[in-house]
Amino acid sequence: MVNWGRYMNFPAQPATEALALVHDLSVTYAPDSDQPVRALDHASLEIRPGELLGILGESGSGKSTLAAALLKLLPSDARYDSGTIHFRGRDLLALPESALRRIRGAEIALIPQDPALALNPVIRVGDQIAEVLRAHVRMTRRDRRARVEELLAEVGFGHPRTIYPAYPHQLSGGQRQRVVIAQAVACRPHLVIADEATSKLDASLQAEIIALMRQISQRHGMAFVVISHDPTVLAGFVDRLAVMYAGRIVEEGRTEDIFRRPLHPYTQALVRLSARYLSNAGTRTRFPAIDGEPPTLTTVGIGCPFAPRCPEKMQECTDQELEETTPRHSQRVSCFKYGN
Amino acid sequence: METDANAMKPPVQSVLRVSGLSKSYRRKSAVWRRSDVVVAVSEVEFEIFAGQMLALVGSSGSGKSTVARCVTRLEKPDAGKIWLEGNDIAQLNSRELRFLRPKIQMVFQDAATSMNPRFTAAEVIEEPLRIQNQGAKSARRARAKELMHEVGLSPQWADRYAMDFSGGQRQRLAIARALALKPTLLVLDEAFSGLDLSTEAQIANLLIDLQTTHSLAYLLISHDLALVARLADTIAVMAHGKIVEHGPAAQVIASASHSETRALVESTRAAQVNLAAMGAAL
Repeated sequence: MVNWGRYMNFPAQPATEALALVHDLSVTYAPDSDQPVRALDHASLEIRPGELLGILGESGSGKSTLAAALLKLLPSDARYDSGTIHFRGRDLLALPESALRRIRGAEIALIPQDPALALNPVIRVGDQIAEVLRAHVRMTRRDRRARVEELLAEVGFGHPRTIYPAYPHQLSGGQRQRVVIAQAVACRPHLVIADEATSKLDASLQAEIIALMRQISQRHGMAFVVISHDPTVLAGFVDRLAVMYAGRIVEEGRTEDIFRRPLHPYTQALVRLSARYLSNAGTRTRFPAIDGEPPTLTTVGIGCPFAPRCPEKMQECTDQELEETTPRHSQRVSCFKYGN
Repeated sequence: METDANAMKPPVQSVLRVSGLSKSYRRKSAVWRRSDVVVAVSEVEFEIFAGQMLALVGSSGSGKSTVARCVTRLEKPDAGKIWLEGNDIAQLNSRELRFLRPKIQMVFQDAATSMNPRFTAAEVIEEPLRIQNQGAKSARRARAKELMHEVGLSPQWADRYAMDFSGGQRQRLAIARALALKPTLLVLDEAFSGLDLSTEAQIANLLIDLQTTHSLAYLLISHDLALVARLADTIAVMAHGKIVEHGPAAQVIASASHSETRALVESTRAAQVNLAAMGAAL
């Protein structure tokens, strides 16, 4: 049985079964070295079927570790210290590698950050999409080809037949991004993880790719976990948002609620920083920056990891163990401001 | 009256004036065994004054980095003049440039690749001083620590390796190194991209502070219009190797008469619309 743990805090949660449930997950890199890094610290997260869930965090916040953990693809020097990842009733961390191979690509797929690196430069892109189908679905060569062309059309190519035989270098950055999206959704997975999938694209392309991912998610009821460091990308895109800091999920809730009424001082600062009004042109006014640097994660101390940078720091922030609270309906936060 | 206050100020000094700057590259085609000429920059003109910032914006391939490389004389321009405090440096050879190099310093996009991984923080900052034979060893170390303090790094970290710093701290280190020779012009080529939102804001604030204390002139190259618009006094928009729009920051954004400027303004607005639709508490 799934251990719901702290999730029982949600009183009016709809009765839909979670697609994936990360519970109390902790991951340490290089645990036996003299400087182990606690990349994930008791992170819990629910992913619902068909939803668009955003994970917002800056570098070193643990968001990519969380993404890789969802595929159980962490490097060999990573140790899962605590927690479970339940996906459609199975605990991924307890499954053998052979079972995981059947899940990866077929049920949980990844859209990588840099398609230029993810695609093989000497194989035609159509064949690279067909390869995913060949690994998971029994079908004839001819059917597979037809299926790939359908997929290429689905991700927005007007002439799939001419794209099929193209090599990655013959395509633009945006086109390559569409190819890896076709690869990811080829087997109609239940869950797609997009790790900074649009951060290398310019603003207008970014908007197109986001629209495409939204459309695919709606059409097939696929859940997307969208990882980004940029609040403006997630604002118009995801239904729910989890904010990460120092390996923890510090706030989670509906995207609208988080942007309208951010609870955690860190989220509040990020939302303020994402305001890029052109009306400030030529004013040379200072930005509302957060002082200091994120913690190095080599030491796990008591209290709130944001405390050293927090403008609203109190006595208990550094000497008490932090617990999660849900001060507002379906918006949880780890901050002493809201009681403990 | 405002004019009275202006009359009291000393005349603003022109630090850099560029006129008719052109640069093209030969591109060899491996397949056809012939080469063609790519015009990277053509007939570019602008001027930067002490204590002011000019932002050069445009999409990738518009020629903005080539302008930066010509102005810092990492490249020799084909034609045009580059007046640095009244001296034309466009065609000087490397020996003649040696005396002018301290005046123009550059900060690159990726601080990590612009530093020797075997250097400590202090060694990174001391390197330009050593090359220019400035000061004794102990004086250089003292200056390095002073600069670290100035850019917001603890001088206690002087002996830490540059690679042990975070991305934002390394960018601060790169700025400290650029300041070591007391330049009059700082060229920053995409010095913000790749940084997190909070780090970006810190570095931007640092640039504002340094500008006030050193009356530095900045040439800032970026594709992020919203960020540079807030910092810069003037904006020059580049497209296909040419400056297509040029003027005071607020004015360029308000008029946006060229399609390239409009595209940049639109994409910035689009991001804000998402936030506004969320009713973001800004």
